[in-house]
Amino acid sequence: MIKLNIPISEEDIRKLKVGDEVFLSGIIVTARDQAHKLMVEEKPDFIRDFLNESVIYHCGPVVRKDKDGTWSFVSAGPTTSIREEPYQADVICEYHLRGVIGKGGMGEKTSQGLQKCGAVYFHAVGGAGTLIANSVKKVINVFKLDEFGSPEAFWVIEVKDFPLIVTMDSHGARLHKEILERTKKIAKEIS
Amino acid sequence: MELRQSILELIRKASTDLSQDVENAILNAFNKEKEGTPARSVFNTIIENIRMAREQSTPMCQDTGALIFYIDFPVGGTEKFYTEAIHEAAKEATRLQYLRPNAVDSITSKNSGNNIGINAPYIHFRQWNKDEVRIQLILKGGGSENVGSQYKLPNSALKAGRDLAGVRKVIIDAVLNAQGLGCAPGIIGVGIGGDRVTSYILSKEQFFRKIGQRNPNKLLAGLEIGLYNDLNKLGIGPMGFGGKTTVLDVFVNTQARHPASFFVAISYTCWAFRRKSMIIKKQEVIYD
Repeated sequence: MIKLNIPISEEDIRKLKVGDEVFLSGIIVTARDQAHKLMVEEKPDFIRDFLNESVIYHCGPVVRKDKDGTWSFVSAGPTTSIREEPYQADVICEYHLRGVIGKGGMGEKTSQGLQKCGAVYFHAVGGAGTLIANSVKKVINVFKLDEFGSPEAFWVIEVKDFPLIVTMDSHGARLHKEILERTKKIAKEIS
Repeated sequence: MELRQSILELIRKASTDLSQDVENAILNAFNKEKEGTPARSVFNTIIENIRMAREQSTPMCQDTGALIFYIDFPVGGTEKFYTEAIHEAAKEATRLQYLRPNAVDSITSKNSGNNIGINAPYIHFRQWNKDEVRIQLILKGGGSENVGSQYKLPNSALKAGRDLAGVRKVIIDAVLNAQGLGCAPGIIGVGIGGDRVTSYILSKEQFFRKIGQRNPNKLLAGLEIGLYNDLNKLGIGPMGFGGKTTVLDVFVNTQARHPASFFVAISYTCWAFRRKSMIIKKQEVIYD
């Protein structure tokens, strides 16, 4: 198990390989479909400092607002990443990201972006909403909450020991692609 | 107890308390994986998460899904009565964070914030002759719903004809295509026959069977067992990381079809298989 703290250097991220299990700590940002569209079309600066050498998390959390106005995460597993495929590589390079967390892996364009700009794809366990919410220690800020709604907003959060597995690295390896090739052959045999 | 309160409890249970049959199937799958593999590590996280969600009474998955209700009610009841109770319960469940707000206007993309929208929650009504009410609920996550598919036989690309061998081929294709998405290991519901709409309805209704509950039709039961064994040979594994369990069960059922049509609808649910049921009889509420 590798412990990784944000900010992450390019050198450290390039050491990671597919299959590595990681505990991630530091300040990260959630972003889904509307947020990615915005980051590519308008390149907003309000989120820039939070993203530099950090990580985007594909997640639409269940959140709670306490009486004193502070927010907390109740359930926060990953959402399907492939929906961000048209945007992801551009977002990685524009905002100097070191990684993306999601589920299901991503495509060729994102893989190129990871290789070019020095980042990896971390896979979280889909459906493990309560467990992951327990690793979110603090909600630092939220942007676009009224406009996008709570699942789609940018939530800036501090995480401690978020359990992840690298499934796309900065050298072009992609776990889901390898499994797909293998399983296609088996499917032919059993059909 | 008021109906609204009983439905709220049904929603809470569905979102936070995974049914025992599903948890047992996941435990079995965990035990089949070797120490030190990503598959074993994923199952470990899943099992821990199931227990934490139950203990904390928080959603096991943040995507608390679309709410789909099936109501069987006796003669004399009105749909309006149940619909109003469901709407109130859904709003309250959202306020209590048992549900994420998941009803989005398709034109404006505005989230209603309370899970109420046009046709949301979706309610299937059926009148029956029993002197009791049955309310069944599925919380159907978006990722798993997106990998559902409907095939029209014959399908020449898959060499699938209009017979059970052809049905088998399209089910294998659907599970192959769902890999990495939809949060495997999944549970597969299949509807054979009907029209475009009813084939999907039949496929989803299968989700109320218990894990291991076979179709009473011997031919279909055989198809289910064969598919369960073969689909697990694919090696897709939890989250598509590779592993011994790709599906937790396969449920198939049939209905009549038009002579010219042969639809096979395949619905997929993730391991977080959130379906619960309750019966109301003489003011007494029994949850499954």
